[in-house]
Amino acid sequence: MKNAIGHELDQQMLARLGLEAHLEPERKDTATLQQRLQKNGKLMSTLEEAIKAAGLKDGMTISFHHHFRDGDYVLNNVVAAISKMGYKDITVASSSLSNAHAPLVQYIQDGTVTSLQSSGCRGKLADAISKREVALKQPVIFRSHGGRAAAIANGTLHIDIAFLGVASCDPLGNASGTNTEGESMCGSLGYARVDARYADKVVLLTEKLAPYPNLPASIPATDVDYVVQVDAIGDSSKISSGATRYTKNPRDLLIAETAAKAIMASGYFQDHFSIQTGSGGAALAVTRFIEGEMAEKGITADFALGGITSQIVKLHEQGLVKKVLDVQGFDGEAARSIRDNPAHCEIDGNQYANPFNEGSAIHQLDVVILSALEIDTQFNVNVLTGSDGIIRGAIGGHPDTAACAALTVIVSPLIRGRIPCVVDQVGCLITEGSVCDVLVTDVGVAVNPNRPEVEQRLKAAGLTVKTIQQLRDEAYAVVGKPDSLAFGQEVVAVVTDPKGKALDVIYNVKI
Amino acid sequence: MELVKTGMAGTVESGDILVEIEKQNASGVDIQLDSTVMGLYGRRIREVIQETVDSCGVTGIRVTASDKGALDCTIRARVKTALLRACDSQDYGWAVK
Amino acid sequence: MREKQRLRRTMMFIPGNNPGMMRDAHIYGSDSLMFDLEDSVSMAEKDAARMLVYQALKTIDYGKTELVVRINPLDTPYGRADIEAMVCAGAHVLRMPKTETAQDIIECEKVIEEMERKHHVPVGTTLMMAAIEGAMGVINAYQIATASQRLIGIALGAEDFCANMKCQRTTTGAELQLARQTIVLAARAAGIDALDTVYSDVNNEEQLLYEARLIKDLGFDGKSVINPRQIAPVHGVFAPTQKDIDKAKKIIAAIKEAEARGSGVISVNGKMVDRPVVIRAQRVIELALVSGVITAEEVEAL
Repeated sequence: MKNAIGHELDQQMLARLGLEAHLEPERKDTATLQQRLQKNGKLMSTLEEAIKAAGLKDGMTISFHHHFRDGDYVLNNVVAAISKMGYKDITVASSSLSNAHAPLVQYIQDGTVTSLQSSGCRGKLADAISKREVALKQPVIFRSHGGRAAAIANGTLHIDIAFLGVASCDPLGNASGTNTEGESMCGSLGYARVDARYADKVVLLTEKLAPYPNLPASIPATDVDYVVQVDAIGDSSKISSGATRYTKNPRDLLIAETAAKAIMASGYFQDHFSIQTGSGGAALAVTRFIEGEMAEKGITADFALGGITSQIVKLHEQGLVKKVLDVQGFDGEAARSIRDNPAHCEIDGNQYANPFNEGSAIHQLDVVILSALEIDTQFNVNVLTGSDGIIRGAIGGHPDTAACAALTVIVSPLIRGRIPCVVDQVGCLITEGSVCDVLVTDVGVAVNPNRPEVEQRLKAAGLTVKTIQQLRDEAYAVVGKPDSLAFGQEVVAVVTDPKGKALDVIYNVKI
Repeated sequence: MELVKTGMAGTVESGDILVEIEKQNASGVDIQLDSTVMGLYGRRIREVIQETVDSCGVTGIRVTASDKGALDCTIRARVKTALLRACDSQDYGWAVK
Repeated sequence: MREKQRLRRTMMFIPGNNPGMMRDAHIYGSDSLMFDLEDSVSMAEKDAARMLVYQALKTIDYGKTELVVRINPLDTPYGRADIEAMVCAGAHVLRMPKTETAQDIIECEKVIEEMERKHHVPVGTTLMMAAIEGAMGVINAYQIATASQRLIGIALGAEDFCANMKCQRTTTGAELQLARQTIVLAARAAGIDALDTVYSDVNNEEQLLYEARLIKDLGFDGKSVINPRQIAPVHGVFAPTQKDIDKAKKIIAAIKEAEARGSGVISVNGKMVDRPVVIRAQRVIELALVSGVITAEEVEAL
């Protein structure tokens, strides 16, 4: 076999090298850039066309991101379209599921969706799962954010098609969460970037096409297969709601102030430290109470990590936090800042919290402040199931960060309503007590006995340090010792640890 | 004390319990309870309602309660107030003990 | 804790028919809690609120917080029952609203004593405070303040006072100037506490701080608050400065030294220290302790 200029391309040699012979002459497209953008093969005119082009089949796994939190439209719209097109037996693997995703109940009932994998679940969907009002083929798999990124990267969670809503995107798929204005601007696309990189096919949904090249991009066009313009992808005003709201609640503020005092006394509040505040009013508010001390003592943080709020942005813009590593925006300020501040960096889920790679940011974390739905006397934390045993939360980055931060501070009120939050044993194990160092409540602080040096420092600083058993007793003294819940026999969900091992199971509740 | 009408007390606010007490033909105390903390404290709430009604020496009533995480002392206060209202009584029974 | 003389920088209002706020209102650290059976409770719910506060006070452990109950006036159908219930519940202090004359206090005290006897509570256990909320009350402030041994303080209620005076609350506080000064003067003459009115815009910390500084300068012992978020700013105003503390420390050390010498004469830097200065120094140290500015060990070490 000869090439265009008569040189012999030996078949056997090529076979040994794993190469094919180039025989057909290259033909190029001489249309202008603008003409080419109009007719490019990625741009689909409807969502249905994109679904078909991406090759969806019954039994496949599709993924979504939760950067719009309660304001997400993409998941519901895509699953509705898939259902209408008659697909069955689909696994939905979203980075999380929120109150917005109640419509999934109907698509599970009609057989479109038969399995779920997520970081969390709330509202009607979670209720239906816990009460077995919907029949999933297998228990829901709950993973932490770091655990999900690792599972996608190592193939444990194989994504056939990722459907990702993006604030702005050019016709070839260069996408960003910030290069736009208005409702669809969600900020960092950190979790979506992992799906985009590893999914077999990637479909981007956007409200308004940006001119090429839409750079800098969170997701590069080279990771994208199809682009489709839709009416709406999400309402970013709902990102900052519930667990990510700016709190004025006096109880949250009391806890946040005490947590700040504990951090400042812990030995880890030093120049060049690093910090993350998890979701939840009190946790997010902690920075408000260390800001003054940082400025006064000339202490700056080298970086702040994780879900980012206006409160972190404020510290950054005051020069108190040098770099912001943002995997997820918690409010509009975070989205604006990632666009405007060069040292406010978007990182993906792997860079954030991959448990297997020492280069992920959690491994460099000094202090993390995390919420809890309940914590037991062994310092085990539950952030996933409620006091009634029903799924109503999300693992998020809780166990990822808790396991790596030098100082893990758990914040929780002693009691919510009549529900004790410090208990004999958590209803669901999410983060092990061995990595939770300090509990800060509204009536005092408890330190894990495996951190005596920290306890010593907090006492020396005049904090009210109690044993966690004392705190539990105080809670029970007010609300009474609770009865144990009655569960059914069916496992409705499995919780995995960040490295992918099964950590706990969630049973159905008796109605 | 004797019931002369339906008595209500409390609210549906968080931390409160709305209690309605009315006569019923059967003897004893029929408690219809709905609570946000049913699994953990449903048994205890019924117990407190029963104890409070018993301490007033009333029987042949239905207690309908909608609980939003009220503490025992709140449950006692609301049940007692509803009872006194139902009986048109001012026999509060204040005591130091 | 029931004590006639104690710290009363902040007294937080709790509406009497709101169980959600009663569970642990003490955790925010106000010196006193005031459960209200009066203005925040509608006529139809007076019985319910009274029963609720009664049960709460008997059951919930509020730690060292002073427990005050604002009762309805005796000329309403609720006043007597309020007093009986709260004497039994063990309220530390009963707050009489709209006090106009010494006679109001005397009549209230009679009912309190009657209820204490009826329920075998040692007579005199239940303390009282009087809220002055009108022109007549201000004019009679000293007579009111000295009308009963049970009184721990008198307080200004500015909203009713302004209505009575046909004036508005202003940002300068000019409309309250005379009332505040009269009340603090009467309280000092009677040897009891003077407590200032609430500031009701929870989101305006600046004005709250202005009022707190103003009344502290006038000599008040504390201010009523309506939200936990108002507590820290007021305590901050009442916290002594480092300069105050350093001065007070020297005086306390001098007292200890004089005691060691068995001498009654206290002197600092060769100058004799008068008794009022000693009392003020002790008060500064006490405030510094509760404000967390100094520790108990530091006081011990003086």
